[in-house]
Amino acid sequence: MSAADPAAPVRPGALTRFLHRHEGWRGHLLLAPALLLMAAAILFPLGMTLAMSTWSLAGYDIDRTPGLGNYAAMVENPMFGALILRTLTIALTSTLFTVILVYPVAYYVAFHVTRHKALWLILLTLPFWTSYLLRVFSWRVVLGQEGVINSALMGLGLIDSPLSFLLYSQTAVTIVLAHSWAAFAILPIYVSLEKINRSWLEAAADLGDGPVRRFWRITFPLSLPGVVAAFILMFVPTMGEYITPLMVGGPDSMMVGNLVQAMFGPMNNWPAGAALAVVMMVTIALAGLVFLLLNRLVQR
Amino acid sequence: MARYAGFHRPNRPLALYAAVFAVVLYLPILLIPVFSFNSGVFVRFPLEGFTFGWYADLFQREPLIRAFWNSVKVACFVSLLSTLIAVPAALAIARYRMPGKAPAVAFMMLPLVLPGLILGVALLTLLNRMGVTLSLVTVALGHMVICLPYAISVLLPRFIGFNRALEEASADLGEPPLRTFWRVTLPCNYPAILACLLMTFTLSFDEFFMAFFLSGAEPTLPMYIWSQLRFPRDFPSLLALSSLILLFSFALIFASLRLARIGDPAQPESGR
Repeated sequence: MSAADPAAPVRPGALTRFLHRHEGWRGHLLLAPALLLMAAAILFPLGMTLAMSTWSLAGYDIDRTPGLGNYAAMVENPMFGALILRTLTIALTSTLFTVILVYPVAYYVAFHVTRHKALWLILLTLPFWTSYLLRVFSWRVVLGQEGVINSALMGLGLIDSPLSFLLYSQTAVTIVLAHSWAAFAILPIYVSLEKINRSWLEAAADLGDGPVRRFWRITFPLSLPGVVAAFILMFVPTMGEYITPLMVGGPDSMMVGNLVQAMFGPMNNWPAGAALAVVMMVTIALAGLVFLLLNRLVQR
Repeated sequence: MARYAGFHRPNRPLALYAAVFAVVLYLPILLIPVFSFNSGVFVRFPLEGFTFGWYADLFQREPLIRAFWNSVKVACFVSLLSTLIAVPAALAIARYRMPGKAPAVAFMMLPLVLPGLILGVALLTLLNRMGVTLSLVTVALGHMVICLPYAISVLLPRFIGFNRALEEASADLGEPPLRTFWRVTLPCNYPAILACLLMTFTLSFDEFFMAFFLSGAEPTLPMYIWSQLRFPRDFPSLLALSSLILLFSFALIFASLRLARIGDPAQPESGR
C-alpha cells in the first residue's frame, strides 16, 4: 500500500534511494534476523533429528550408518502402535471436550458482552500465559489422594476412603489437558464469531428465522473455520505432552511424549527417541490434514 | 460497539455458564496461594492455621535463589533480544510487499504448531552433535524460538493499524528512515513494544518444556521446582514460591495484554 507514494523524501541518500525503490529488499532485510534465527533453531535441529532417527545404538556409542532399524522396531513392537493410539485418544478426547465446552463462552463474549469485552478476553486467556508447570501442579493439589476434592468429600462425610481414580489415571490426564489448553481453543472461535456480519442475522430474523435456526444456519457454519483452528491449535500441543502424564497420570496414561523423553533421558537411546519424535510429527501432520479436509467437506 | 448491541437479548443461562467457566478456569491455581498460608505440611482440608512461615523459608534456600537469578537472567536476555528481532520483522510483515512473504511468515509461526517437546528434543540433538555444552545459553536459545512467534503476533496488529501518514510526514520533512523510525514509529508504538517485552519475559521465565531438555548444571526456576516436587516436606514451600511466581506472572501478563490494546486503532475497545 505504499508503492505509489506521492510523498518522496526531499534529499534521499544512495542507500535510502535504493531501499526506497526496492521495497522487497527492504522487507527482506528487516525480516532476515528473525528468519535466520528460526532456520538455525528449527530447520537444522529438525534435520538433525531426522538424520539421527536413521542411526542406531552400538553399545554406548552411536553407529552413524543410516538405516530404518528404529522404524522397523516400532512397526514390529505392538507397544508403539498402542501408545500412539492412546496418545491420539487422549489428545482427541480432551480437545473435543474443550472445544465443546469453550464454544458457548466464546459465543457469549462475541455476542453478548458489549462493555468490558477486552477485559473478558484477558480474563479468559490470562492463565494460559503463566507457568504451565504450576497450572498442572495445582491440579495435583486438587486431585491428590490427600487432595482438595478427596479431603473435602471425606470431611463432609460423603465418602469413607479417597477416590483413587482422581489422580494417576487417564481421566485425570484428559481433564488437566482440557483445562490447561482451553485458552488456545477459545481465541480462534471467538475471532471467527466476532467477524460474523451481524446484518446477516438481522436479515434472517426479518425473513422469519427464530434464534435456533439463525444459529444453526448462519452463526455456526460461519464459525466453523474458527472451530477447526481451535481444534488444531489445541490438538498439536496435547499430542506432544509429557508433563501432564508425569504429574497426574498413571502407568495407563503415559503418552508418546513420555517415551520420547525417557529415550532421551534415562533410557539413553537417542536414535530411537529421534525416530519416535519423527513418527509423532508425522502423526500430528496427518491428523492436521484430516481436520483440514473435513473442514473443506463441511464447508461445501 | 453499539452497532448490533440490541439485537441479542440478554441470555442469562449463557452468562451464568460463562461465569462458571471463568471460575473453574481459575479455581485450581487459586488453591495454591490458599494452601501456601496453611501451617500444615499436608495439602488437605480442613486448613490448619495461618502462617507466613513457608514464605520466610524461601529466603533460606540458597539453590532456589540461584535458580531464581538464573531465570531472571535468561528471561531478560530473551525478552530484549526477541523484541529486538521481532520489531523489524513485524514491521516488514505489516508494511512491505515482497516475494515469499507468506511462506516466511508461516515458517516463523511454526513453533505455535509444533509441540515444545519436539522443538526441545530437536534442538538438544543438534547441540549435542555440535558438541555444545548445555547451559543457560542453550535454554535462552530454546526460549527465543518459542517467544519470537508470540512477539511478532503481539506487535503485528499494532503495526498494521498504525497510521502511516505520520511516518510519511516525517519523511517529507527530510528525516532519514532510521530517524523516522526512532522518533515517530517507536514512540507511537511503545505500548505494543512494552507489551511484547513483558510477554516474552514472562513466557521465558515460566517456560518448562524446553528448559527440561536444554538446561545444564544451572537450573532455571521451573526446573528447580520440578526437582523439588519429589520431597513432600518441601511441598508447602513450593506452594509459597508458586504463589509468588503466579502473582508476578499474572501482573506482568495482565499489563502486557492491556498495553497491547492501548490506543490500538485497529480494534477500538472491542478487543480481539
